[in-house]
Amino acid sequence: MTSTRRRAGWLPLALFVVAAAWPMIAEMSGNPFWTVLASRMLIFAIAAISLDLILGYGAMVSFGQAGAVGIGAYSVGIAASHGLNEGLIVLPLAVLASGLFSLVTGFVAVRTRGVYFIMITLAFGQMIYFTATSLSAYGGDDGLTVWSRSTIFGSGILEDERVFYAFVLILLAAVWVLARLLVASPFGKVITAARQNEARVESLGFDIFAHRLAIYTISGAIAGLAGGLLANHAEFVSPAYMNWQRSGELIVMVVLGGMGTLFGPIAGALAYLGLEHVLAGFWQHWRIILGPLLILVVLRAPGGLGSFIKTRRT
Amino acid sequence: MSLMLMAVQSLNGLQLGILLFLIAAGLTLVFGVMDFINLAHGVQYMAGAYFAVTAWLLTGNFMIAVILALAASLAFGLLLQWLVFRHLMGRDHLDQVLATFGVILTLNEAARMIWGPSPLSLPIPEALSGSIVLMPGLLYPVYRIGIIAAGLAVALLLWLLIARTRVGMLVRAGATHAPIVAALGINIDRLFAMVFGFGAMLAGFAGMMAAPILAVEPSMGDNLLILAFVVIVIGGIGSVRGAFLAALIIGFVDTMGRSFATDLMKLFLSPSAANDVGPALASMLIYILMAVVLFFRPAGLFPARGT
Repeated sequence: MTSTRRRAGWLPLALFVVAAAWPMIAEMSGNPFWTVLASRMLIFAIAAISLDLILGYGAMVSFGQAGAVGIGAYSVGIAASHGLNEGLIVLPLAVLASGLFSLVTGFVAVRTRGVYFIMITLAFGQMIYFTATSLSAYGGDDGLTVWSRSTIFGSGILEDERVFYAFVLILLAAVWVLARLLVASPFGKVITAARQNEARVESLGFDIFAHRLAIYTISGAIAGLAGGLLANHAEFVSPAYMNWQRSGELIVMVVLGGMGTLFGPIAGALAYLGLEHVLAGFWQHWRIILGPLLILVVLRAPGGLGSFIKTRRT
Repeated sequence: MSLMLMAVQSLNGLQLGILLFLIAAGLTLVFGVMDFINLAHGVQYMAGAYFAVTAWLLTGNFMIAVILALAASLAFGLLLQWLVFRHLMGRDHLDQVLATFGVILTLNEAARMIWGPSPLSLPIPEALSGSIVLMPGLLYPVYRIGIIAAGLAVALLLWLLIARTRVGMLVRAGATHAPIVAALGINIDRLFAMVFGFGAMLAGFAGMMAAPILAVEPSMGDNLLILAFVVIVIGGIGSVRGAFLAALIIGFVDTMGRSFATDLMKLFLSPSAANDVGPALASMLIYILMAVVLFFRPAGLFPARGT
C-alpha cells in the first residue's frame, strides 16, 4: 500500500521534470515541432482533468465537455476580434464564460441521472456547436482566425513556442494540484461518497444536487481554460472544437488513462494524441485502427491502461 | 403567400419528424427493452442509405434496391449485435458509450474507405418524381409525400406489432421483467437480438428514404443521432408512443424555427442583428425546448411504465 502510494507520488514529479525539459530535448534532437505538439497534448490534458472531476469522481458521464472547451476558445477568439488580447483578462473571461454555461445547463442536466445525463449533456454540447456554426459575425462554419496570441501584461512573450509551452505546463500543474486538493477536501469527499451511496449521503444532510452542480460548474470552468489555451495554440477557433466527437475523444482519454485518478487522464491525453499523431502520419484512415482498438479495450480491459499504475478507486 | 410557405414548411416539418421517428423508435426500443445505450444507431441509418445506393447501382430499380437494402440493414444490425453489442449487455453505461463510440469511428471510416468521402446520391424513382398540387398555388414533391405516407404506415405497423401481437407482448414484458420472461421459457437473448435487428432495420429504412433528398456521405448519421436522442429524451426513454409524438414536435419546431426565426427577430431587432441572432436562435430552439421539458418532467413527456 505504502509502496504504491509512494510510486504514485513520485511518478508525477518525475514526469513533470521530463516535461519541463521537453522543449530542450525537442530542439536538441532537431524537432522543434515536438514542442508545439506537446503544448497541444498538455492543453488536452487540462481538459481531460476537468472531465475526470465529474466523470471519475462524480460518475457523471458528460458527453458535452467539448462544448465547454469550445466556449472558452470562442471567448478568446471573439475578444481578440474586438481587439482585446490581454491574457490576464481573456483567459479568466474564458473560464468565467464556460463556468457560467455549465452552471446554467447544469441546472437541468445535473438533476438527471445515467443515460438521461449522457444524452442531455450531448444535446447541450451540440447546441453550442450549432450555435457556433451559425455565428456568421464570427466566421460561422469556417471558424475565426485569432490574429495574435494573448499578451501577458501587454507583452507578446507567448508568441515564442517555448514560452507558450512553459505557460501551458505551469497552468496544467496548477490545475492538477487544484483538482487534487478539491477531491481530497470535504467537498470532494461528498461527491465521491454520493457516487457510492446516494441515499446515505443524502440522509447525512448533504445537498447532493448543490454539490454536483458545483463540481459540474468547476469542471466546465477548467475546460474553458483549456479552450482559451487551445485558441491561443492554434491561433484559430472553429466549431469543430465542439463537435460531439471531441467530447467522445475526451472521454476516451479519461477512461483509457484510468478515471478517478486525475493523473491517468493526463497520461490518457498524451497517449491518445500521440497515437493520433503517429497513426495519422502513416495513414489517413487511421480511425479504422483506433475504433476497433477502443472496442477491444472496453471489452477486455475495463480498468483502462492506467490501471496498472494505480488501482485505487475511492 | 406567407400562409403558403407556412403550409409547405409544416409538411417539411412533418417529414423530418417522420424520419426522426424511424430512427428514434429503434433507439428507444433497444434502450427500453435492453437498457442499452447505442450511440452507433446513427451509423445504421448511414448504412441503410449506402446499401440502398449500392443496390440501386447494381439493379437500377428503386423498389428492388429498397428491399435488398432492408435485408442488408437487418443482417448488418444482427452482425453488429453478434460481434460487439451482445458483449455489452448488462455492462456499465459508460462502457456501452465508449464501445459504441468506437463502432462509430470504425464504420464512418469504413464508409469513407469503401464509398469515398464525397457525397453520393440516389435518384428519386420515376413513379414518385414531380410535384402535385395540394392547394391552388401550392406544389409539393410527390416523393416527400411518399416519405410521410411510408413513415406513418411503419408507425402504424410498429404499434400493431407491439400492442397486438404475441412477440410485441413478449417485448413489452421483457422490458420490465426480463428474468421472469426468461424463466417462462422464452429465449430472451433471441428476443433481444430480434428487437435489435428490427431497430437497425428501421434506422436503415430512414436512411433509404432520406437518401434521394439528402446527401449520402460518411457521418451523415451523426447529427440525426443527436436529434433522435433529443426526441427520445423528450418523449420518455423506452416509450415508442412518446418517441412518435416527440419526433413530430421536434421535426415541426426545428423546421419552423429555421424558416421563421429570422423574420420573427426582425420584429424586435434591427435587420442585421436579426440576421445574426435568428439562425443561432433557430439552431438552439429544440435544445431549449428539451431543457424546458426536462426541467418540469425529468422523465420526459410520456415516461414508459416501469421506469
